[in-house]
Amino acid sequence: MRRFGRWLMDGVAILALGYLFLPIFVIVLYSFNKPAGKFNFVWKAFSLEAWRNPFAYEALYESMKLSLRVAALSTLVATVFGTFIALALTRYRFRGASAINLLLVLPLTTPEVVLGSSLLSLFLDLNARTGFSTIVIAHIMFSVSYVALTVRARIRGFDWTLEEAAMDLGAGPFRVFFKVTLPIIAPGIVAASMLAFALSLDDFIITLFNAGNRITYPLYVYGARRAAFPPQINVLATAILLASLLTLGATVLWQQRTLRQRGMSLAPRA
Amino acid sequence: MPLTHVSNTPAAPTAADPSRAESREPVITLEHVVKRFGSYLAVQEAHFAIGRGEFFSMLGPSGCGKTTTLRMIAGFEQPTEGRIVLDGKDVSRVPPYRRNVNTVFQHYALFPHMSVADNVAFGPRSQKVGAEETSRRVDQLLTVVKLAQFADRKPGQLSGGQQQRVALARALANYPQALLLDEPLGALDLKLRQAMQIELKRIQREVGITFIYVTHDQEEALTMSDRIAVMNEGRVEQIGTPQEIYHSPASVFVANFIGVANLIPAVVEHANGTDATVVVAGSRRMAVPAGAWPPRPGAAATVMVRPERLRLTSQAPADGRGVPVTVEHAVFQGPVVRCTLRAADGTGIVAHVGPEQSLPALEPGLPLWIGWDLDAGRLLPPDTVGADAQPFVKADLRHTMGRASLPRL
Repeated sequence: MRRFGRWLMDGVAILALGYLFLPIFVIVLYSFNKPAGKFNFVWKAFSLEAWRNPFAYEALYESMKLSLRVAALSTLVATVFGTFIALALTRYRFRGASAINLLLVLPLTTPEVVLGSSLLSLFLDLNARTGFSTIVIAHIMFSVSYVALTVRARIRGFDWTLEEAAMDLGAGPFRVFFKVTLPIIAPGIVAASMLAFALSLDDFIITLFNAGNRITYPLYVYGARRAAFPPQINVLATAILLASLLTLGATVLWQQRTLRQRGMSLAPRA
Repeated sequence: MPLTHVSNTPAAPTAADPSRAESREPVITLEHVVKRFGSYLAVQEAHFAIGRGEFFSMLGPSGCGKTTTLRMIAGFEQPTEGRIVLDGKDVSRVPPYRRNVNTVFQHYALFPHMSVADNVAFGPRSQKVGAEETSRRVDQLLTVVKLAQFADRKPGQLSGGQQQRVALARALANYPQALLLDEPLGALDLKLRQAMQIELKRIQREVGITFIYVTHDQEEALTMSDRIAVMNEGRVEQIGTPQEIYHSPASVFVANFIGVANLIPAVVEHANGTDATVVVAGSRRMAVPAGAWPPRPGAAATVMVRPERLRLTSQAPADGRGVPVTVEHAVFQGPVVRCTLRAADGTGIVAHVGPEQSLPALEPGLPLWIGWDLDAGRLLPPDTVGADAQPFVKADLRHTMGRASLPRL
């Protein structure tokens, strides 16, 4: 009886994991397919053709480039803003702090349809032409929240007397920030910016509202379902997957190393 | 006149050795400094000078304002009223990074991402000292604190005592006019703390810099200081050498906070400029020095006598200056027997009886007489609050218990 229960539990776990990872596996697998027609939906034969020419389709290549540019720019801006918001919220008590806390959570809980459509109506009211800049603005908007909340969670235990110590030794405010505060909270900021980058790269709904005639990678994939679905889409998706896994692994290793070096000094103080 | 005494000290200490700090050139002067946080008065009327090369301690229970005073000297807080003068310049509104005083923080506050050498070099680099001079100072100070072989380690890889010494070297690397230490030994266990006390004193002598040391540990303050400022509820109660503070406390609070004190309620009967006669335990006349507190005949007062200065005799003293007491209990403590006595009016008294006093066995109920030499007694203002001393007994106890539970090396 007991053994049966164990099997059941293992079985359910495997099914659940399969449910999560099967789609990813299929995408990776089909990047090696040699489809019969325009649509890469049925397995035909193994081929490295798509991996040899990942940028064979101009429009696909352009959409990927656009997505990366949007992600890079919005991540940069959101990381800077989000970090300063997090620092201000942890560091100082000021009027409106709780209101800002609430506003930070709002973009996370509001449905994307609402965010996307309201942004679009704002842009239309302002007579702004939707395109690259509106996509970037929209992505910054939701990324700032994620960055601020992630960084804030990571710097809760930051020992602010370190800043006093630096000031005491003759460092002005800029030197204190760049030589002491920033290096110590950097792992949290890196983690937050990776999250923002990933969110920007795969955002569909908000982007759809605000993209104008520009086509990001997710928009291209969605559109490709009608005309043609080449295995290059799978190749690029797999490449993104690999890149994020590698970055994640590297970050984890780096953070473990820093923590080990800092030893007990990072432990929360009594 | 040098600002060495506090204006509101109830009784100016009878300076046993007035030459000590007064003769030094002042490096830091606090002039009528007051600090309020909202309606809370953290420091009131701090008014004293600290001499060049002096080891100066601020001693008091938590919440007495000693750390706030230190933070004002460092520049982390600004005085609400008054001025802080550093080497002749008013620095009351100068930010910490433009004052040449450095702090050793209670929890060290070492930069975890920098090596020991980079931690020490941080100060000189911030002040744009050249690379060559910086590395010379790093070598010099790591040698002074005996950590030269750990220069490339990260602080997290060092023990608590080693981190403490890195913090010290780092704070000294700017060659400050004064070093501020905020309970720097608080996080260390007893053995290490005692070793570090000696070490700190050695380093201070070696570098010759003024040390301003904040502690709640009276033993630490007595061991290391040239002078001590005893603080209570934001007030400086007394400033003096360890000997002055111990032998001539200016108030009941100071007497109670430093060591063990018998505080005997008394009524002043007669006083001239130097001596006073007081009545204790209902009817016994005793002589004490009049002290700086101006006693008026008929006024209530407190007589302070240290337990080791009490003389116990089986017979009434020949001069009639004695108080009859009975033994409550006696505990053998090695060098002395700690004896609890009670006078006829209920006053409890503690005496440390050394082997030189020949007495019958100290059984409970044994009648005895106590007396003291004229200079052993101190006449203090009456213990008006009464409860004044209570928190400190508690604080002391808590402290002792905290120590006992600390891990031993």
